[in-house]
Amino acid sequence: MSTVSLRTSEGIVRRPMATTGWWSWFTTVDHKKIGILYGVSSFIFFLVGGLEALLIRAQLYQPDGTLLNADQYNQVFTMHAVTMIFLFVMPMSAAFFNYFIPLMIGARDVAFPRLNAFSFWAFLLGALFLNSSWFLGGAPNGGWFGYAPNSTTDLTAGMTFYALGLLITGIASTAGAVNLAVTVVNMRAPGMSLFRMPVFVWMGLVVQLLLAFSLPIITVALVEMLADRRWDTAFFDPVRGGDPILWQHLFWLFGHPEVYILILPAFGIISEIIPVFSRKPLFGYQFVVFSGIAIGFIGFGVWAHHMFAAGLGPVANTAFAVSTAIIAIPTGVKIFNWMATMYGGDLRLASPMLFSIGTVTMFVIGGLSGVTHSVVPSDYQQTDTYYVVAHFHYVLFGGAVFGLFGGLYYWWPKVFAHHLNEAMGKTHFWLMIVGFNLTFGPMHVLGLQGMIRRQYTYPEALGLTFWNQAATAGSFLIAVSVLLFVVNVVVSSRRAKELEHEDPWDARTLEWMTSSPPPAHNFDQIPTVGSVDEYWHRKYAEDEEGRVVRVPAGAAPPYDEGHAGSGGHGIHLPGPSFWPLVAAFGLPLIGYGIIYTWWLVGAGVVVMLVGFYGWALEPSVAD
Amino acid sequence: MRRRVLWTIALAALTLGLAACSGSDLPQDTFDPAADTAQKQKDILIPVLWVAAAVFIVVEGGIVLIAIKYRHRRGHDRIPAQIHGNTRLEIGWTIAPAVVLAFVMVPTISLIWELAERPPDAMHVSAKGYQWWWGFEYTDPEMAVTYGSNGPIVTANVMVVPLGRTVDISVEAAGGLISGLGPDGEPNPDFAVIHSLWAPRLFGKQDAVPGKPAHIVFTPNETGTFWGQCAEFCGLQHGIMKFRIVVMEPAAFEAWAENQRQPAVAPTDPLAKTGLDLFLNGAGNGSCVACHAVGGTDATSPAGPDLTHFADPSRECFAGCNFANTDVEALKAWLRDPNAVKLGAKMPNYQLSEEEVEALTAYLMSLT
Repeated sequence: MSTVSLRTSEGIVRRPMATTGWWSWFTTVDHKKIGILYGVSSFIFFLVGGLEALLIRAQLYQPDGTLLNADQYNQVFTMHAVTMIFLFVMPMSAAFFNYFIPLMIGARDVAFPRLNAFSFWAFLLGALFLNSSWFLGGAPNGGWFGYAPNSTTDLTAGMTFYALGLLITGIASTAGAVNLAVTVVNMRAPGMSLFRMPVFVWMGLVVQLLLAFSLPIITVALVEMLADRRWDTAFFDPVRGGDPILWQHLFWLFGHPEVYILILPAFGIISEIIPVFSRKPLFGYQFVVFSGIAIGFIGFGVWAHHMFAAGLGPVANTAFAVSTAIIAIPTGVKIFNWMATMYGGDLRLASPMLFSIGTVTMFVIGGLSGVTHSVVPSDYQQTDTYYVVAHFHYVLFGGAVFGLFGGLYYWWPKVFAHHLNEAMGKTHFWLMIVGFNLTFGPMHVLGLQGMIRRQYTYPEALGLTFWNQAATAGSFLIAVSVLLFVVNVVVSSRRAKELEHEDPWDARTLEWMTSSPPPAHNFDQIPTVGSVDEYWHRKYAEDEEGRVVRVPAGAAPPYDEGHAGSGGHGIHLPGPSFWPLVAAFGLPLIGYGIIYTWWLVGAGVVVMLVGFYGWALEPSVAD
Repeated sequence: MRRRVLWTIALAALTLGLAACSGSDLPQDTFDPAADTAQKQKDILIPVLWVAAAVFIVVEGGIVLIAIKYRHRRGHDRIPAQIHGNTRLEIGWTIAPAVVLAFVMVPTISLIWELAERPPDAMHVSAKGYQWWWGFEYTDPEMAVTYGSNGPIVTANVMVVPLGRTVDISVEAAGGLISGLGPDGEPNPDFAVIHSLWAPRLFGKQDAVPGKPAHIVFTPNETGTFWGQCAEFCGLQHGIMKFRIVVMEPAAFEAWAENQRQPAVAPTDPLAKTGLDLFLNGAGNGSCVACHAVGGTDATSPAGPDLTHFADPSRECFAGCNFANTDVEALKAWLRDPNAVKLGAKMPNYQLSEEEVEALTAYLMSLT
């Protein structure tokens, strides 16, 4: 199929038709292609953020480091966090959600395909906008947490790029969140009730709702920061009646749900991988789902544990100590259920499973150090030290990044129709987990020994040299493991062999019922769902003695509806469109305009309006 | 097998880490407290760490054992029993952590309130965060100076307190008084931003929020010089915003305070006299008194560090404790071009001549 076989009706501009070729990537509205776009671009930003991390570690390798000066260091650590959070983990999660939510719920695409394309382009352009600051007078330098008034008084343009860049990527995430939430709620296959959804889809839904409710808060904060910086307002200026603590409340009221926005996708991924590679259903499905929902809710009630030293007073500190302790409970429930799923299973320790076990084991360490933060008097000592740096890297690298790599190894054959090399995958895992622990394990010690965060240099007299050197060595080991992954991707695609089975892992969920890669319309027949792990139950049944036996091939239930045998003909699919790209292009123009010159704002608004009108008036495609 | 190796490595690392934490003589070690506050903050963490270690061993050990025991063996294809869950287990592992956490929370909450108490008989010091150094003001009436308008004793970068005396520090963000010039002549003002006062061996952190003073209470139980630094990112030189707290025997402290109450000694050495003249009447293309005060002279600006007793032995360091006060060469380099030795420093480069540098150094080093 080189074009969508649809008739174009009258319109101002011809609608693009090609679904192959390089230009098609700019006009695609196919959730799978958009997923790949998200994945590739966020992985590139992972490499960028990783380079920034290596610069940090190289600077801190020895006392009185001189590789970077204070100014450069502040930019690098700020952009490391901003990149890893907003330009890697969030869009990489969006890549997985985009590609697999429709497939796992038996849908042909997301609810709003063109909005989906707009989300991606807004994200990419926002990310490029943020990084263009490196060449335009300096990158953001006030920390990803951007505490006012330091962030609002700094005289370089860096934090203006930060505010505008995060507003643009926030628009992308909000549109994406609404889109995917509507998709999950409205577009599930017949029979797929909410409690027959895979846990990955559940976590996807929770994450989209967290985004939809938390992004407006950071949006308000960023607009206020922008106004303070650009138009001399005084939201955060105490001299003129503003309040610096207001920024902290707004930022962390977004920022803590954000932590779960980053980690829950990985929890969803490993909740799919662990059952498949244990050949057992997920233990306590409802409990895993409900604990995910509970984490989402409680996640909005713990924000001030980032502010224990801010002087909120003993009442607030007590309340947030308790809520912080409480959120550990549903998290623990998940851990125990994953353990119970593995217990008694037939564990195939392939790369996806290794990374999933890595996620669980490393996250446990981050969770335990997290509980120590709820011991407020002790947190007065640990906050803003490397102990906290260790903690959240165990959560977000040990948890989220390992989980995302697990997902890449697991679904690679689904997306690209060939496996990644297994030996290299396993080596990648072992190098990464050793490097990871060597990097971040010692940071617990460094923090307890008095090393503060965000300092570009430390004197030898502090006695911190040895563990800093260990951490730097570990970080380069991580870099080697990531390089190995890149080599694996290249080598595996060069030597790609056709998959022996369309279902190489003996998986449990709907995405494996269609071909690899899936056709544009996903399923020739939309499956009718009768249970959780629908695909598994189509493959296996219990015999008279309760033993699980494989159902002979071709004995699929006859009740699926749709266009059997039609090869996808006659299925309505949205046509490609370049208007989302045009509309998104207005956003960075407005951003540059606010920094440099007003006429560019006008130009950006015009471009956006042209994009939206073209979008609205685009000739429909229908047969 | 490889998991077991990893397990061993992890345990070894943990042991090493714990060993590294205890019994060290590192200047900012939170596990080596020298005041009641830091002691309590350490004592409440230790049992929690033991609980965490126990959970760590049970959970991580469990996962590793399960991964080894139930791993797939080549040629032994089997489909395990399809167990979907167990409600009793779920309730159990919901309640068990809740109980453990409740036990952690009880002492936590009680200590939160205990540390928030402010005893009425404490000595009062206000710690003020500037970009990027700390100033300390002794606000009790008996700590007023004998000159000028009898304001509080003011020090920079170093706070001196008597052993065994409870100190109530009011932590404040200051600044906003300097519109200095950067290395290329661009404006480089000193902004009032959030800092955080932290002396790990004495007390945990308290943020200094502009317009919102907050308090730290501590009682030192060991004499010596204790290190601290700003812990909240506060701009370019956050990394070099350090300070010292010197704890003295009460008698020594009283002698120190008596000296601090006095105005600066008048220089006798001719070079130092020249330095005083330059200091008061302008050096290079600028003026020292725009920002600095020296007690007993006409220099009274509160914008920069108070230099009245700059060379007192208790004054360990200058420029955010980047340099030792005894380091004359460092002081000269600083006077020549502050931004060359501490990028972003708010003190401008006044293009001092070598003679002016020598004279100002001689004057500053005479201020005991």
